[in-house]
Amino acid sequence: MEKLENIQKEIIRISGVNPKKCMQCGKCSGTCPAYDQMEYHPHQFVSMLKSGDIEPLLKSESIYACLTCFACVDRCPRGVEPAKIIDAVRVIVQREQGKSRLKADGIEKYLDEEIPGQALVTAMRKYNK
Amino acid sequence: MKVSYFPGCTLKTKAKDLEEYALKSAKALGVEMEEIENWQCCGGAFTTSSDEIATKLSSVRALNSARQKGQSLVSVCSACHNVLKQTNHAIKSNLEFSQKTNNYLKSENIEYNGETEVLHFLELLRDKVGYDEIKAKVVNPLKDLKVCCYYGCLLLRPSKVMQMDDAENPSILEDLVRALGAEPKYFGFRNECCGGYTIMDQKGDAKGKSKLILDSAKKAGVDVIVTACPLCLYNLKKNQDGVKVVYFTELLAEALGVKE
Repeated sequence: MEKLENIQKEIIRISGVNPKKCMQCGKCSGTCPAYDQMEYHPHQFVSMLKSGDIEPLLKSESIYACLTCFACVDRCPRGVEPAKIIDAVRVIVQREQGKSRLKADGIEKYLDEEIPGQALVTAMRKYNK
Repeated sequence: MKVSYFPGCTLKTKAKDLEEYALKSAKALGVEMEEIENWQCCGGAFTTSSDEIATKLSSVRALNSARQKGQSLVSVCSACHNVLKQTNHAIKSNLEFSQKTNNYLKSENIEYNGETEVLHFLELLRDKVGYDEIKAKVVNPLKDLKVCCYYGCLLLRPSKVMQMDDAENPSILEDLVRALGAEPKYFGFRNECCGGYTIMDQKGDAKGKSKLILDSAKKAGVDVIVTACPLCLYNLKKNQDGVKVVYFTELLAEALGVKE
């Protein structure tokens, strides 16, 4: 329990987000292009961070569905910036040894002749620590 | 006018067109793009977590290199620009991040505190060269060409930091297209995400996002879609179904008569 409380504080600290500012309008999830791919949606990241219900977020594939397109950040009427919470959870999960989602070994299977280097470096930044 | 230029990894490989047409156009407009020495890849994405330091150092080195020459730092790729601009903002607005970053760079004799002006090539064209000046230099007006300007996410957001344009109703690309003699066509999904890097391991979902954009552009009646982002171009082309997708710099070079 103490460990999870600490992770809650860490997410708040490194994301710079104050979940108490949220007025639960749901606009972040309404505008999210990855909504259909998510088990927990942007507004749930905010509310679960606020209540301390962190464990399901740490285990969820939803952190890899977020595109960091900042639509939720720009369109939140309260300036809560949900994408920064998701980014922080993703970073915290993958900092644990062996938890990187994508590794250099075996990356060939995702490539074709035209795919730009930008796709590789961005995916490695998001999915590897 | 001379500026520092950060090309980024993809403009030297899969997106050579984006660079070549930008450099030819800049030359025709009297702008010298001086490539910074020993630049390193920006990493493609800015990690928003404030305790991520090492992944942002390549951007700080590039920003500092431009500062030493007293020049603005210009990039043409949407992703590079986004990362450079967000890193510069973090240095200026977060003292702890700035101090830790500078600790890393002490051994390279770098002290950087966000002094450099970071510009996307589009901002250079609009704010430094001027669209009237470009219009006057057009030799092949792109008459009757219907162009959908696709912004995606990286150019505009987070708008508080990027400050390029109105993120919900942008016009920087449409105004350029108009200066080139073409007709911009507005479409609903012009500032929505194409699926980005999830094309690597979540192909089906990424393709669904690109399809929404292409369908929206097709409804607007379009000859060509323009973008500033190599990954957007790739994702849209994979799905294209008859719609032509090119870099905005290609239309610019064509209109200025420097394409060949």
